[in-house]
This record gives sequence, structure tokens and C-alpha cells, in this order.
Amino acid sequence: MSLQAQDIALSFGDQPILRRITAAFDKGRVIAIVGPNGAGKSTLLACLAGLLKPDAGAAILDGRPVAALPGRLRARRIAFLAQTPEIAWDVDVRAFIGLGRTPHLGAFGPSDGDRAAIEAAIAAAGLEAFADRPVTRMSGGERARALIARALAGETDWLLADEPLTGLDPGHALDALALFRRLAHDRGKGVIVTLHDLNLAARFADRVLVLNDGTLAIDAAPEVALTPKILSEVYGVLIRRHAGEIGPLIEVLGRAG
Amino acid sequence: MKSPRSPWIVSGILLVLLLVLVFASLCAGRVWTPWSAWVSHEDPRWAIVFGLRLPRTTLAILVGGALGLSGAALQGYTRNPLADPAALGVSASAALGAVLTLYLGAAGEASWTLPLAAMIGAGLGVAALLALSGVTSSIVTFLLAGFVIQTVCGSAIALALNLAPNPWSVNEIVNWLMGSLADRSVEEVRLAAPGVIAGGLLLLTLGRSLDALTLGEQGARSLGVDLSRTRLLMAVGVAVAVGSSVAVTGVISFVGLITPHLLRPLLGSRPSALLAPSFLGGAALTLAADILVRMTPAASEVKLSVAMAALGGPFFLAMLISMRRRLA
Repeated sequence: MSLQAQDIALSFGDQPILRRITAAFDKGRVIAIVGPNGAGKSTLLACLAGLLKPDAGAAILDGRPVAALPGRLRARRIAFLAQTPEIAWDVDVRAFIGLGRTPHLGAFGPSDGDRAAIEAAIAAAGLEAFADRPVTRMSGGERARALIARALAGETDWLLADEPLTGLDPGHALDALALFRRLAHDRGKGVIVTLHDLNLAARFADRVLVLNDGTLAIDAAPEVALTPKILSEVYGVLIRRHAGEIGPLIEVLGRAG
Repeated sequence: MKSPRSPWIVSGILLVLLLVLVFASLCAGRVWTPWSAWVSHEDPRWAIVFGLRLPRTTLAILVGGALGLSGAALQGYTRNPLADPAALGVSASAALGAVLTLYLGAAGEASWTLPLAAMIGAGLGVAALLALSGVTSSIVTFLLAGFVIQTVCGSAIALALNLAPNPWSVNEIVNWLMGSLADRSVEEVRLAAPGVIAGGLLLLTLGRSLDALTLGEQGARSLGVDLSRTRLLMAVGVAVAVGSSVAVTGVISFVGLITPHLLRPLLGSRPSALLAPSFLGGAALTLAADILVRMTPAASEVKLSVAMAALGGPFFLAMLISMRRRLA
């Protein structure tokens, strides 16, 4: 049961975005993808989710290329949280989370199983009190939880989230990451997130992939991957790692050179 | 916020409303036909009820339903509450097909040439739409392509009017362009019904894909929705339903725009919940407007499309203002 990036290369026009990336992901862990803007984090995640087809290589789920799976089957295995999530209509939170059941729905609408999965997702995200509210009138933190709950409702093995912490305050960011960890460690899901905050990546990820200009700089445990040497090379900044209160603290000192 | 009601209950209410309107539609007009006139074949008014008003009423339901349902589906697909069949350029391309037959004088030769040309026009409009917007295009290019088609067809219609050989053909074209249900017979019902029913059924299957599009295009795809298939079914459904409507009644605007709007406060915004009720709502709206048009004391009957525009214009304006206020 694994998801793999097998020699994935992808260009937009003549601009190469990913240059032959190979990595294997396993379930039960939170895996963070970090790297500078334009390094190819989102593109790699979209390839893994089957939303982009690589020019060469493939994302492989349990031995089969993800891009070759029928949409419905793929959606039952992999949930994807977009970076700039769109919520077009003012539906209530329960109906919104129910959209996550789309790939499971039978001909006659939601079954008891579907309804149970929706309620379980609401509970997992702690949204019981908000279930009947219109989703467009929630605060940023509540909405982020509703979006995660939408992804949970699909009961997929894999949860791929593209910068899920964008726009969240520190408290809500911690909540979201703690939820990702519970999903991976307690429920055995494979969680892959792209992150910008290196400290949160260091603290919450079990494994970190550092992307640099479409190549994989390193793929290792956070303490090995997020070293000042690697980070200053990849990001072009001076970095120092301190011993913080609860773990290492990555401090950006300034531009390198 | 009011909790949305079940689509079944709302559909039931709309159905009852529609039946009341059907009854009124069979009675109302220049000549009042009470129930007694319906049952006796000897009564000369029997012919009015069953020869004139029944086809007209049936056509109002079919055409209004097609427009309402197409509007709801298009709004769901584009996630834009201001979209309607005209946005795809389908009404305009169907009208162009019809106008060309009028211009060439071919319409007089057989009764089916004009409807056929309108349907071909709608079909070509959709083909152009798909070609222009490409296979993997976004909703924005889809809408823009529709806008281009609409503009081109509008100009071509204006050109046909400009170059018309004589005032009578201008008159004929203008008269036809202003959509109306007057003087339609069983013949027109036969022409419109298959397309409206087939296109309508196609659109009704799209509910789940439209719901998933609430999450945007990427979101819908991540839920396993095949967007190119959705777009194709959507385009074909709208072309067939609206094309065969325009073919027999001319262009009637605003029904597709207004109907989903009137229903959203009752049903909520979930696109799938709006589809079937929008068919019934569009039918009721069109039928009610047609009854009013028949009742207006004027020397010549006011065209349904004119009455609709008189109703729809201010509605559109009010909607725009309230949307601006919400965004401000």
C-alpha cells in the first residue's frame, strides 16, 4: 500500500517544473514537502493526486499509475485539498462536507453509510456546533476545518493537502497539523502536505522532502533534511538552528551572500 | 438563514401551481371559456380550448421548462448566478439559423424548414463553442467563447435585416425574433417536445457533477468528476433543449436567469436541488406571463418576449445592485 513518484518530469510550455523526481510515500505518516516558491511543490502534489499527468514518469498507487485510474476510483483512494479552495455556493456546512462523499454515492443518493461518514468527519474536525451554518459565513479557521472535514468524509487512504495552513493563525495552524498527525498515526492514513513554515514542518512532519527548482534536494527525517546547510543552499538565505523550547528552532538570519 | 426545503416538497408545490395555471390558461384569453365549454363538442369554444389553447399551454410548459432548467444547469456549471442560455450563445445561434431561412424565403416552402434550421443553428453554435473553448479549457474561456458566438450571431442577424430584400421580410424576421407563443398549434408542440424532453433528461443527470463544482474545477476533478464529459453533456443538453424551444417560439430571454433565483431562497444554493424545480418553475413563470400577455387589452397582442424583458430587466438590475452591495 504505497504511493510513489516514479521519475516524474513535467514542463509547462518550455519551462521545466519537475525534473525527474522519484520518491516513495508510505501510509501512517505525515510527510511534508517544502521548498522555495516555484520549486514544484504544488505540481508534484497534483501529479500524485492524479490531477496532472506528468510528461514522463508516473505517480504510482499500489502498482498502478494514478493517472490511469478511473476518476471515481481514484477519488475513493486519494483526497486532495487545493491551495486556493473555492466555495462557490452558500451551502450549509453539512452539505458542503457531504461533497466529499461524491465518489461513493450510489444511484439513489446518500446511503446510511454516507451519512455516518459525514457525521464522523464533522466530529473529527470538531465542527458539530457549525454543521447547519452557511459555509461562506465561517471564519478562516472554521472554514479550513470544514475543508479538511470535506476531505475526511471521503474516507480515503491518502490525504494530499496543498498549503493547508495558508491564512491560518498560529493556533489554528497547530490544530490543523495536530489533526493531520492524528489521521496519520491513529488512523493509518498517508498524509502529504506542502508547507512553507519550516518550523512547523520540523515539528510535525515524520519525513520531509525538500524540493529545489524541480529536483529533490533531500528526502529524510526533519532533523536530517532541515539542516542550515541544505536550507541555505535551497532557499538562498542564512539559517541558524537553535535548540528551542520544544524542539529545534529554525531562524532565518538574512539573504545569503 | 432559513434551512433549505426538500426539492420534492417544492416540486410538489410548483406542480400544483402549474396545474392551476394550466386551468387558468385554458380558460383565459380574448374569449372566456368556462368549464361548460370544455365538455360539449357542439360548443364552438371547444375548438378554442383544445385547438388553440391546449397546444399553446403545452408549448409554454415545454419552452419555459427548457429555459428554466438550462438556466439552472448553466448557473451551476459556471458557478455564476447571472448565467443563462443566452450566455452560451445558443439562443442567438438558433435564432440566426431561423433568420437565414426567413431571409432566403425558404420558410414558406415547408413548415419544418425554420425549426430545423434553428436546431442546426443551435448545434453549430455548440460545436463552435466546444471548438473555441478547447478540450481542457476553464469556465472563463467557456463563457467568453459563448459571448463571442452570441456577438457574431447578433451581428449576422443585424446584417440579414440590413440587407433584407424588402420590408416584408424585415417585418417577418423582426416579428419572429420577438419570441411569442401566439398562434402555435399541435405541429409546434410535436417539433419542440422531443428535443426539450431529451435535452432536459440529459441536464437532469448532471446534478452531482454540478454539486462537486462547488469546490471549483480542481476540487471537482479531485472528487472524480470528469469535467470534459460534464461540459459536453451540458452543451449538448442545452443546445437540444434551447434549440428546439427557440425553433418554435423565437427568443424568450430572462426565464433561465430568473427562475433559479426565485427558487434559491426556498431550496438553498445546491445546484442539483435546483434542476428539476427550475423546469417546473420556468414552466409556471412562462405560462403565467403568457396568460397575462393574452389578457392585456391592446389592439395587437404584446409579445411574450417583450413582456418577459419588461419583467426581467428590472429584476436583473435589482439582482446586480444586491450583489454589489454584498460584495462591497
